[in-house]
Amino acid sequence: MRQDHLISATQLSRADIEAVLNRAAEIDADPAAWHGRHSGSILGLCFFEPSTRTRMSFDTAMKRLGGRTIDMGAVESSSVKKGETLADTMRVLEGYADALVLRHPSEGAATMAAEFVDVPLVNAGDGAGQHPTQTLLDLYTIRENAGLDDITVGIMGDLKYGRTVHSLSAALTNFDVRQHFISPESLQIPRSVRYDLHESGAQVREHTHLDDVLAELDVLYVTRIQRERFPDENEYRKVAGEYRIDAADLERAKDSLTVLHPLPRVDEIAPEVDDTDAANYFEQAHNGVPIRMALLDGMLDADTEAGR
Amino acid sequence: MTDADQELRVSKIRNGTVIDHLAAGQALNVLALLGIDGSGGEGVSVGMNVPSDTLATKDIVKVEDRELSQSEVDVLAVISPEATINIIREYDVIEKQRIDRPESVDGVLSCPNRNCITTGDEPIRTRFAVLEEGLRCHYCGEIIRESEITAHLTVT
Repeated sequence: MRQDHLISATQLSRADIEAVLNRAAEIDADPAAWHGRHSGSILGLCFFEPSTRTRMSFDTAMKRLGGRTIDMGAVESSSVKKGETLADTMRVLEGYADALVLRHPSEGAATMAAEFVDVPLVNAGDGAGQHPTQTLLDLYTIRENAGLDDITVGIMGDLKYGRTVHSLSAALTNFDVRQHFISPESLQIPRSVRYDLHESGAQVREHTHLDDVLAELDVLYVTRIQRERFPDENEYRKVAGEYRIDAADLERAKDSLTVLHPLPRVDEIAPEVDDTDAANYFEQAHNGVPIRMALLDGMLDADTEAGR
Repeated sequence: MTDADQELRVSKIRNGTVIDHLAAGQALNVLALLGIDGSGGEGVSVGMNVPSDTLATKDIVKVEDRELSQSEVDVLAVISPEATINIIREYDVIEKQRIDRPESVDGVLSCPNRNCITTGDEPIRTRFAVLEEGLRCHYCGEIIRESEITAHLTVT
């Protein structure tokens, strides 16, 4: 497999992460300097699942670099509907683009696709697996607001199926970060993520109540608990209500707390929080563009240098 | 009691494979691993909880006219690391092999994660990295503990 695919946050070293974050900071400082840098390059967007932010920010990022994008469109109108395998679809699309972005509902889809293509491939979410580019923009936002060393991060919500959580927790092990997981017991981090955290020697603690740890946090990363994860509506409402944050909660937190969310949110962050200094989730979403510009720039440069 | 006595207790085979020194309780799992349920007509002898010199008790499986694929040996190495495989020709052991714990197990097992890409119709085999106390899906990262492995045999 090529080394420049980005499939999982577990493959990223601290140096890899800092290289992308530093490049994104340069882009943020002088966006015009990067326009036209990859004119003539084409990015293939392969989304087998709905996406707004990820798809559009990759689209914007490539266009801001002077490149163009092609989009396979909705699964309903593609050859996938006719029963084509993902392996075949990707083998065809690699002939149309200089790099590919893949989102797919099955865990491991990007790992498999990477075995079949020879252009750089970015995993833009594989089921409940990984979402490494979201993690890069999460880390960028954390670095801007709280720094990335000697901090305490709380990750709350659906930790079992939340791919952004799986990627973020893995990437944070590269830094001096104390991680606290806050979730109902039924949605705790899965065995595989727990294994990786244990292997990396990370400091990790798990809680069922936010109040157990809120006052210690520098960053609170909130994720959405989905209705379909629960057998009935009552159970869902009971649980979801416990893992939301409002202005009264912020009173018990550090003044400097940074609240993040990969979005979309439903009601896990009360709208009143939007107007506080803690709210950084829209800035976080905007950071998707410079981060994806930085990532694509590095990938396309490496590809050109390798003469491919 | 010697090994020779054991072999007599569970009748000799002419050609095939003797899987010996299996951890007690693994014989039926080995049959599942080999996809043997009796319907194929192959001659099979099974000894369970037989006294052993090296293990307190062991299981033993003898299969006529059948040798193991590398993938089958790899799974065997994980579920019963002490097992030995003897290849028999004309009643004689022509090859006696101890098995090494592999780095990965390809095929044979299915991923327990029903949402793993390997459960679809993609042109790939399952692949599991061998950890200290279990296996891990190369594709989705799902971990199978050693005690759970036999539940995920792909019976063909």
